[in-house]
Amino acid sequence: MTGEILLQTLLSGILIGLVYALVAVGLTMIFGVMDIVNFAHGEFLMFGMYASFWLFSLYALDPLFTLPLTALMLFALGAAVYHVVIRRIIDAPMLSQIFTTFGLMILFRGVAQFLWKPDFRSVENSLVSGSVTLGSLHFGLPQIVAGAGAILATGAIWWFLNRTRLGAALEATAADREAAQLMGIPSQRMFMLAWGIGAACAGIAGSLLSTFIPVFPEVGANFVLTAFVVVALGGFGSVTGAFLAGIIVGVVEVLGGLFWPQYKLALVLVLYLLVVLWRPQGLLGRA
Amino acid sequence: MSKRGLLACAIALALAAVAPLAITSPAYQNMLIVALMLAQLGVAWNILGGYAGQVSLGHAAFFGIGAYTSTLLLMHFGLSPWLGMLAGGALAVAFALVIGWPCFRLKGHYFAIATIAVAEILQVVFTNWDFVGGAVGLTVPMRDTGLAAFVFNSKLPYYYISLALLLLTLAASRAIETSYLGHYFRAIKDEPDAARSLGIDLTRYKLIAIAASSFFTACGGTLYAQKELFVDPGSVMATSLSVKIALVTILGGVGSLIGPVIGAGILTAIEESTRQIFGGSGRGTDLILYGFIIVVVAVYYPQGVVGGIRAWLARRRSPPAPGVERAA
Repeated sequence: MTGEILLQTLLSGILIGLVYALVAVGLTMIFGVMDIVNFAHGEFLMFGMYASFWLFSLYALDPLFTLPLTALMLFALGAAVYHVVIRRIIDAPMLSQIFTTFGLMILFRGVAQFLWKPDFRSVENSLVSGSVTLGSLHFGLPQIVAGAGAILATGAIWWFLNRTRLGAALEATAADREAAQLMGIPSQRMFMLAWGIGAACAGIAGSLLSTFIPVFPEVGANFVLTAFVVVALGGFGSVTGAFLAGIIVGVVEVLGGLFWPQYKLALVLVLYLLVVLWRPQGLLGRA
Repeated sequence: MSKRGLLACAIALALAAVAPLAITSPAYQNMLIVALMLAQLGVAWNILGGYAGQVSLGHAAFFGIGAYTSTLLLMHFGLSPWLGMLAGGALAVAFALVIGWPCFRLKGHYFAIATIAVAEILQVVFTNWDFVGGAVGLTVPMRDTGLAAFVFNSKLPYYYISLALLLLTLAASRAIETSYLGHYFRAIKDEPDAARSLGIDLTRYKLIAIAASSFFTACGGTLYAQKELFVDPGSVMATSLSVKIALVTILGGVGSLIGPVIGAGILTAIEESTRQIFGGSGRGTDLILYGFIIVVVAVYYPQGVVGGIRAWLARRRSPPAPGVERAA
């Protein structure tokens, strides 16, 4: 019996961990390409959730079908944020960079609260509601679909980075901006691409989460902290690392929540401290 | 300090001393107290974040330790909050050293995120710890009023105590800034590798900076507890408080003695006017303005208001030759 509970918890942790991984892939990509930590990353996720919610409740379009549209909208938002704001702080001191994205985080939350009020809103009866029973194990269909969607999206990012010319250009900029520039790769355009893709990852994750987590202006807060932990554990800038680390963090959180539900977030943060202190380069990061 | 500087200080001090006599509305007096308290926290943060360049986004942990320590000592041992303030400061220093020793190996973003993590963990622990009142918090016992008890019926005494604590923190900050410590801190901030190669033990001086910074932050925590007579993790240990403490410094001018005081004044004025113009915070307009100002300052005025004014004065005195880069 306890074995079943453990297995059930383990698998649930993996499912949510896959979504954490996708959020973190976006964050790690921005960090890897231009050494900026995006504190407003959770707000991209929040906007993704709201986009899915409104398309569902206004036009009865299921989050699953509107996912590509949400991804596009978030890509545009990320690229716009880069163009309007981030472009100006590429070489600024770290303190300015931290507070710029921190300010964006507060600004975006304010905008969400202004437009949509601080209420909790949820997508009811979407296509993927219900649950699946496998022997004695039960899983929510939304969680399964979210996990599968996150794997597909993360896989697509991996394929893009490793198998396409544009992805290679992005990786080259991450590895050595000046050398890449000399080879004719425009850094500014690559930075904008990284912000677009990064925001789109968070938006897709938000879209997948919207079928089982209510959306409200501060919903991104805990996701961004978790994403920091995942990025640190996987190694700043590593997509494969973020994927593995996301699963580990999901399992730690859900297993920990089984024993000490009130300390779930604290456990994940302790994991961050342990990782950065004992293995600062993360699991797969470059030392 | 120049004669002009001394005169400006004297005028500012005289204005600060008579301000609450001219402004008699308790609501506005309270606003002034909040601004002074915020200024004091910013000055304390600046010792670590401004001079030594270690960006902490977890100072609410020290603030909370100060608030809880004096309150618990008063509740259980009847200890005067004045002594409780010192005890809270000492405990915050101990906590800061234990946390700082491993975390100071981290650079930049890693350190900043680690400070968020530490403060969030502490908040979770306090929220689930019955001895400290859990999520409900603690009510500060009121046995007596007066200076000895650190409880007053009017706002005025709180104003002057906040002012005194701010002046004390400013004096300590200036003493550090002008001593050899100030030079070491700046060396650690600007050229860590060069500082190390000259034999400066980086971790040791970062620990000195965080000790001073956390001590005064915790003192501010005790003052808060005695003023509000209530502490709970959501208000004294929240990350939003940590951000605000750092923010007043950024707004006013990082690494400038008076910067945080100016930043606290501006921030309080902004908050109060948005509250009055837009009425309440239910619609998030205050957040929008707040976020917008942070972004604009961080992008265009990384040296804060003080840095902006200094650059403007410098340009007025000697217009730069064409092609010469503007001093930031």
